[in-house]
Amino acid sequence: MMENVVIRTVSRLAVPFIQIFALYVIVHGASGAGGGFQGGVVFAASFILMIIAFGTANVRRRIDNRGIMWLSVIGITIYAGIGFLALLMAGNFLEYAAIEAVLGIPHLHGILIDLVEAGIGIAVMAAMVSIIYDISGNGEESS
Amino acid sequence: MIWELDFALLLFMTICAIAAITVKDLLHATIVLAAYSLIMTVLWAEMNAVDVAFTEATVGAGITTVLFIAAIARTRRSSSD
Repeated sequence: MMENVVIRTVSRLAVPFIQIFALYVIVHGASGAGGGFQGGVVFAASFILMIIAFGTANVRRRIDNRGIMWLSVIGITIYAGIGFLALLMAGNFLEYAAIEAVLGIPHLHGILIDLVEAGIGIAVMAAMVSIIYDISGNGEESS
Repeated sequence: MIWELDFALLLFMTICAIAAITVKDLLHATIVLAAYSLIMTVLWAEMNAVDVAFTEATVGAGITTVLFIAAIARTRRSSSD
């Protein structure tokens, strides 16, 4: 499969568009169909396409298990941090209006929604890629 | 909601669901399950549940199929029929 020039060229062309579409789905999630979970899964699908076309070892060289673990931690920290920030400012969990009222910045809740969606997207993408790494490798370097 | 389209989609969905659990080969079952998920996506979108349709298309037809195929590739065939 590694020598097939058609698969390699097509996936090299398609992967950036899939990732741009995933980012669009994440950002567009507040006002339409989509959201952090779907965008993260679409982003992970681009990694699956890279694994199919270039092999697991080549993709692992760019993002290894440690990087995937850090991305997962960063994503869930963004999500839970904003949630508990609202809790600190006398609101409920993820109540953006409380943060907006305390800080006094207008339209802050839209930015916070986008940040939470980005955190969910990063965490879901990292978890999916981690599962794919574990299940598609041939046993080596699986921590 | 066009009832002929609904009827045809539900019929194909039922056929795919029954075929996915009765077919012998695991790889065939995975592909039939992906087809089931695709028909389910069209049904969700037709019922104006676009968000659920999106999730079904990405997770059901995309990630699950890849995970099942990767899991089947790590197994061995035990019976020879």
